[in-house]
Amino acid sequence: MLIAALLWTTSVLPVAGTLGEHREDVKTTAPPGVAAMFTPPQEIEIPDDEFGNTVRLGKNIFVHTRRYAGKYVGNGLDCANCHLNDGRHPDSAPLWAAYVKYPAYRKKTGRVDTYEERLQGCFRYSMNGTVPASGSRELTALVAYSYWLATGAPVGENLKGGGYPELSKPAEAPSIGRGARIYEQNCALCHGTNGEGTRAGDKYVFPPLWGADSFNWGAGMHRINTAAGFIRANMPYGKPNSLDEQQAWDVAAFVVSHERPPDPRYSGSLAETRKKHHDEMCYYGERVDGKPVGGGPRPAARKKP
Amino acid sequence: MLFRNTLAALVLAVAQPGQSAPDGAVIVKQGNAAGALACATCHGENGIGQGAGNFVRLAGLNETYLAKQLRDFASGLRENAIMKPIAGALTDEEKSAVARYFAGLPLPPPAADVALDEARRARGENLARRGDWDKAVPACFRCHGENGRGVPPHFPAIAGQSAFYLEAQMKAWREGTRHNDAVGLMAALAGRLSDGDIKAVAAYLAHYRGDNAPDSR
Repeated sequence: MLIAALLWTTSVLPVAGTLGEHREDVKTTAPPGVAAMFTPPQEIEIPDDEFGNTVRLGKNIFVHTRRYAGKYVGNGLDCANCHLNDGRHPDSAPLWAAYVKYPAYRKKTGRVDTYEERLQGCFRYSMNGTVPASGSRELTALVAYSYWLATGAPVGENLKGGGYPELSKPAEAPSIGRGARIYEQNCALCHGTNGEGTRAGDKYVFPPLWGADSFNWGAGMHRINTAAGFIRANMPYGKPNSLDEQQAWDVAAFVVSHERPPDPRYSGSLAETRKKHHDEMCYYGERVDGKPVGGGPRPAARKKP
Repeated sequence: MLFRNTLAALVLAVAQPGQSAPDGAVIVKQGNAAGALACATCHGENGIGQGAGNFVRLAGLNETYLAKQLRDFASGLRENAIMKPIAGALTDEEKSAVARYFAGLPLPPPAADVALDEARRARGENLARRGDWDKAVPACFRCHGENGRGVPPHFPAIAGQSAFYLEAQMKAWREGTRHNDAVGLMAALAGRLSDGDIKAVAAYLAHYRGDNAPDSR
């Protein structure tokens, strides 16, 4: 119990300002003197009008993506799987922090993208799906939801809690072998021994982390550093910041070393695609267990309803 | 003589009928030969239990979860002075049979064994459906299933369960007196819930009958 209490008090929680009181016992991400975390509006504040209906649809798409935007989804994921608490949670790539940073030049596309174009990328890569058209009902709803969450947020600012935290360089190179043991003890319960997730009927309760029904090789989460930052701050679900940074690096390496659906930008050559699009910390095109990964899982990807 | 006796012994050994699988219903209603008290004595044949006595309702809980709890009671991993000798008197096959019996029972109506005022209902509903992310507490239903019906094999159903039982378990995780939860997930988040939170969510769940409410209100 003492250990759990210690872990809790050292975890990063956005408390100051939320309840209108300052909690002495909880360390926030803000050093003294720095502004408190941005807080998005509460759901009950969504207005009762056409705009509000669109915001609500956006939220439903975000949380139940396969149910509300299924025709664009090619795997078993929902946006909220990696953007926790309906896209609100700091250090879990909250939408309110992303929204105010666009339009922006992105190295990934080599051009200035709008926020809507950024979301199209989510469908193409993270959802292993097809890209909804600009101005489509689904994209507009997602943009509206993000815009509404960001009510009052300063445009163009790097808001505290945006994205996933960047971990320090690990003392030891991330180890797939160590990661496998961490995974078995902390992750397999929900995400499955083979990364297959947990299903109830035909729906996923806990998402698949690799294999045919997970995000493809083009998604940001396939990077070791990105996965490590997400995992450290958010996983296990309900026990954030319980793994130390080295453990997060190791288990991230283990997870992202597995096969997943191919990168849609695949040119016909793994080496060439790696050089052009994967100059980053990942296993794409590298050998894992003697075999190069990046080509996609052996059985054809199953389309989920 | 020796040869005939050995042969006879071998024939007997081969001809001995195999132990038939234990009948869960019989053990639940009558106990077993090793002295295990009939489960029905406290939990009822219908598995509804008695909330105020902390005899949990078992009907409709998933088989794997129930069998694990029995093993944990027997080994002491889950501490309970009443259940330890009872579970200890069941073989593993009997534990599975009894678990299967209760898992197969129809879901009873919600226990609703404490009062549910509006304040508790609102707070309980929030915790169950949305969580409290200021305290890093996810929604109960995220892991315990849409409508709290459980996610086999590890996450038991909680909807309709006795509020007395739910409250006692949440406090046990919080205090560390229960510690057989996988990955320590319940201990971690129970530690962040206040007494008021626990009472609210226990009361809400005890009354919860599942709904087809729209996803967003």
